[in-house]
Amino acid sequence: MTITAAEPVPAPAVVPAVELRGIVKRFPGIVANDGVDFDLRVGEVHALLGENGAGKSTLMNILAGLYRPDEGEIRIGGVAQQLDSPRDAIAAGLGMVHQHFTLVPSQTVTENVILGLDRPRFRLRLDRYDDEVARLAATFGMRIDPKARIWQLSVGEQQRVEIIKVLYRGARVLIMDEPTAVLAPQEIDELFRTLRTMTAAGRSIVFISHKLAEVLAIADRVTVMRRGKVTAAGIPAAGATKADLARLMVGREVLEIIERTPFMPGGVVLSVRELAAQNDKALPALRGVSFDVRAGEILGIAGVAGNGQSELAQVITGLRPFSGRIEIDGQAYTGHSARDAIRGGVAHVPEDRTGVGSAPNLSVVDNLMMKSYREPPIARGWVIDVAAARTSAERLKDDYSIAAPSIDTHARLLSGGNLQRLILAREIESKPKLMVAVQPTRGLDVGAIETVHRLLMARRAAGAAIVLLSEELDELLALSDRIAVIYEGLILGTFDAADADIHDIGLLMTGGTGGLPLEPVPDPGTALSPDP
Amino acid sequence: MDPIIILSAGVAAGTIYLFAAIGEVFAERAGILNLGVEGMMLIGAVAGFATVVSTGNPWLGLAVAMLAGGLLSLLHAVMTIHFQADQVVSGLALTLVGVGLARVLGEGLSKAGGTSLLPTITLPGLSQVPVVGPVFFTDQSILAYVGYVLVPVAWLWIHRTRPGLDLRAIGEYPTAADAMGVNVYRLRYLYVFLGGILAGLAGATITLAIQPGWFGDLTVGGRGWIAVGLVIFARWDPIRVAIGAYLFAAITRFLLDVQGPRDFLGIPNPFFFNQNLTYLLGMLPYVLVILAVIAGSREATRKRIGAPAALGVPYIRGERGV
Amino acid sequence: MTAAPLPRRSRSLSPFELRLERRLDVPRWLPLASTIGAVIVALVIGGVIIAVVGGDPIRSYSHILEAAFGSIGVLSDTLVVATPLIFTGLACALAFRMRLWNIGAEGQLLMGAWGASAVVLLPLLPEDAPAILFLPAMIVAGMAAGAMWGFIPGILKARLGVNEIIVTLMLNYIALLWIEFWVFGAWSESGFQLTRQFPEAAWFPRLTDFVDQFKGFAGLTIHLGIVLALVAAAFVWFILKRSRWGYEIRLIGDSPSAARYAGIDIARNTVLVFMLSGALAGLAGVSEVAGVVHRLQQNFSPGYGFTAIIVAYIAKFNPIGVVVAAILFAALILAGREIQPAGVPGMIQGVILFCLIGSDVLLRYRVRFVRRVRGGPAVAGSATAEA
Repeated sequence: MTITAAEPVPAPAVVPAVELRGIVKRFPGIVANDGVDFDLRVGEVHALLGENGAGKSTLMNILAGLYRPDEGEIRIGGVAQQLDSPRDAIAAGLGMVHQHFTLVPSQTVTENVILGLDRPRFRLRLDRYDDEVARLAATFGMRIDPKARIWQLSVGEQQRVEIIKVLYRGARVLIMDEPTAVLAPQEIDELFRTLRTMTAAGRSIVFISHKLAEVLAIADRVTVMRRGKVTAAGIPAAGATKADLARLMVGREVLEIIERTPFMPGGVVLSVRELAAQNDKALPALRGVSFDVRAGEILGIAGVAGNGQSELAQVITGLRPFSGRIEIDGQAYTGHSARDAIRGGVAHVPEDRTGVGSAPNLSVVDNLMMKSYREPPIARGWVIDVAAARTSAERLKDDYSIAAPSIDTHARLLSGGNLQRLILAREIESKPKLMVAVQPTRGLDVGAIETVHRLLMARRAAGAAIVLLSEELDELLALSDRIAVIYEGLILGTFDAADADIHDIGLLMTGGTGGLPLEPVPDPGTALSPDP
Repeated sequence: MDPIIILSAGVAAGTIYLFAAIGEVFAERAGILNLGVEGMMLIGAVAGFATVVSTGNPWLGLAVAMLAGGLLSLLHAVMTIHFQADQVVSGLALTLVGVGLARVLGEGLSKAGGTSLLPTITLPGLSQVPVVGPVFFTDQSILAYVGYVLVPVAWLWIHRTRPGLDLRAIGEYPTAADAMGVNVYRLRYLYVFLGGILAGLAGATITLAIQPGWFGDLTVGGRGWIAVGLVIFARWDPIRVAIGAYLFAAITRFLLDVQGPRDFLGIPNPFFFNQNLTYLLGMLPYVLVILAVIAGSREATRKRIGAPAALGVPYIRGERGV
Repeated sequence: MTAAPLPRRSRSLSPFELRLERRLDVPRWLPLASTIGAVIVALVIGGVIIAVVGGDPIRSYSHILEAAFGSIGVLSDTLVVATPLIFTGLACALAFRMRLWNIGAEGQLLMGAWGASAVVLLPLLPEDAPAILFLPAMIVAGMAAGAMWGFIPGILKARLGVNEIIVTLMLNYIALLWIEFWVFGAWSESGFQLTRQFPEAAWFPRLTDFVDQFKGFAGLTIHLGIVLALVAAAFVWFILKRSRWGYEIRLIGDSPSAARYAGIDIARNTVLVFMLSGALAGLAGVSEVAGVVHRLQQNFSPGYGFTAIIVAYIAKFNPIGVVVAAILFAALILAGREIQPAGVPGMIQGVILFCLIGSDVLLRYRVRFVRRVRGGPAVAGSATAEA
């Protein structure tokens, strides 16, 4: 089987693999899909492009049988179909690979693949199925160990398992929801090769994304959605430009321009030397990380998910034991609990907003005082001054435009953007010397992303040192003063953001040095971790 | 103080814990913590006993006991699976209802005299094997033999069959199982029901085989809770459940026997001469359960084999996340 | 290539499906309304049970009302029974707030009673000590003993992650045997399973003790315990709602990971909350031996520590609600003694608890019945827009 990047698009005269006509789906307070048409030809990669909240996922969940449309028609291979459940969708040859994997961590690859099927009926002889799974993977050029347990696999490998699951069920159409969000550039290349192999074998692929470059690289045609409506239906990718697509997506020319005040670094606020820590599975997650961050500086940490970023953030914020040395403002910091970090002036915008950053069933007031309840004016001795807490909460709610019915509303009822505003309000209000922000814009809409970026830049201007961990390279390049690349618990290189090359960063993110000198741009005050 | 007698009695009494704990293993593997074991056992015990008192047929009693335990468990299933109630509280409520209902049904039963019991069996051949023969295969109730079969069957079911694969999946990550067409709700009902049936069987094992008679709440007397503790000790594994159950029962029996003789090798037995000390001795099985649970927890932490990941978490369709 | 195996198709028996939609907001009146509704439903079910076992539900219930609230005398009796329920209910409410399942209030109550008795019987104080010494000493000793009984599951949970439900349950049995060891042994009064009566200086004052001053107090057995219980309720309320510690407890209870993030020491709080919970339950034991039985004996508690679980739950872990719920349950226990067969009141308690937890679903979800389309299960779209 040869891999051809420029597989010719089959003539449109052939019956399309999937046709959606006039799809309408309403949720309380919002029309997620408003008369959407979409068609997928056999053997093509059709990108569905749009911002978060544009209605892409809703449309594809309808196709996957998870939601039922309020209006509209679904035709598969020319035949009208009603998809009431994922089962119906699978029976019709449609398979969805979700952004968040649905794999049982304690089970093997094969067990996950055959979960829920008819064969074997009763007795489980896994060996036979191991072979079958391995063969199927090989057909499409995917490497996977069928006996491996899911928790032992990298994110890229887990994605392969999801794809195999769908193929094993005989899917002719694969719907891939933001498949590259969790992958490194080199893993993305491998995925794209696999997708090409599949289209060559007559499979058709819907590729959901909001990343323009990728869409142009992989798609044959593009459909763009904005606020539940189609703004461009099936235009050929070959003739499109990033600027065109961006305009169709957003409706205005926004290549978000972040206002930067000049970079005027102060003294070193955070100094980290030879930091080592384990992850939750007791495996080494950080293996000797060293760097400095100065006042008024944003240090971006780039890396593919799972290379030690979460652990790094947890160590600095006191949530994870470590060995090595951390100094904040020259004070050695033992970091035995988050309490020490809070005392040391470290603010933390955690990765998990709903699980860690907020208490879902407590009020906005209670959530806003999580870091300040020990100090006056909210604390008076061991008593909490409820009036003071409420006054402070009202003020923060206004200052940071947190949209909530009242300060007594439970945090779980806030939207993602408003919850992040609440968290930022609380963290910034502690006037931190150092802020650690992990994936601060993940899953937020454009407006909220702009707010987050603006607030972070304002803290930088006010002289805080900021460590920004993100998987969005564009975001890192736009916000950071310097970017450090983390790979398997090591900092492989540090770049000046102003003249960093995205490809060099991408290469380091996968551990490759590929002729690049490991010595980065000379940057005084930055210690580099040596090779292991 | 014959060790063979103690071990043999341990196997007999251990069968009670065995059934209840394996039932709980199934329910918990499916992701549903059912703390109502004590209540379900009592219902099984009283239903079985009452049936035998009125019909004289122990086999019918056994069937009724299992059905009664299963039916009671459905109350917990509805609450936790459909209404997403807190599994801890619902389990406690189930115990309260079970205990109350058993008292109502058991009214007057304590005066019932001798009843016909399930047969005991001595296996020809196997009973001749030294130690193992007299301990496991001599004069044991037929239910003990059911236990010997149940343990490997339960293990094979969980690890070597398609339904076992589904069971492990719904307890670890129901969202994934549901996405693949496994009916999470139905299977959870099924396994909670199975847990109830086995708890009912455990109750009947008391009243129809091991300690016939009805003594109110004391008939079960905390054995249900001990079974729940054993599951943690056994780390949700049927074979470890069996080892724990037999061993625990044997130790309990040993503690009982210690009070018998006047002296040990000429040293006066303090428990014989000061009966009051038996209250302190009686604490030991409960202390033992605490120690077993500590051991189970420590090992689980060390080896990172924890409870089923979704244990105690209601599954809500259409919401993502573990 | 493999022939495409298809997922199994499951059939559904009912043409309708229960669909739960997540509530975006909870009306203020709903929690109280659903609680009251649940209790009413439970009483109706209880009535059916009474009818099935051959009783007259209306007469039983009116009997309960009369026997519990009909006169000053019986009201006093009701409050006497409510006293240990308030203490143990507070113990449970406090622990449950932090999602610590302290099922051991019964054992902690017994240990509290033992601690108070030890002051008199060990003896820690001379027989002729004045009440001003006896009562505080008994209260402190009982609270300490209860706190110690709470410390064990607390430290095991905090340090080793041991399931507190099993530990507290086992400690209940151990405490029971501990009491029996003493009342049958060292403290036994001439071989009976009870100790000698305490000197009057070790009794909680009762209203009836002041009959000389106020004639109306004759026969009213309500004692100092109820005052302590109300003080304890106010104290727990203040801790939970107005103190830094209470904020930490609520935060841990709602989200342990958020609490850790806020710099709160969960292990330390686990131990402390368990100890305070044990001390409160211990007070129930003190109050019973000093205020009611005036000696230590077997079976002086009809399972207050277990009923407390329901009391705490019905009160939604609110200390003021605990007081109200405890009085209601005291009525059920007191008057229920005369309902036959004896298991019925216990069953009704369990049914109330079931109805309560069932009603909680109304707070979190709108329940709707949805007609199924074709064979497949209707897929519940969550009410939150997932666009």
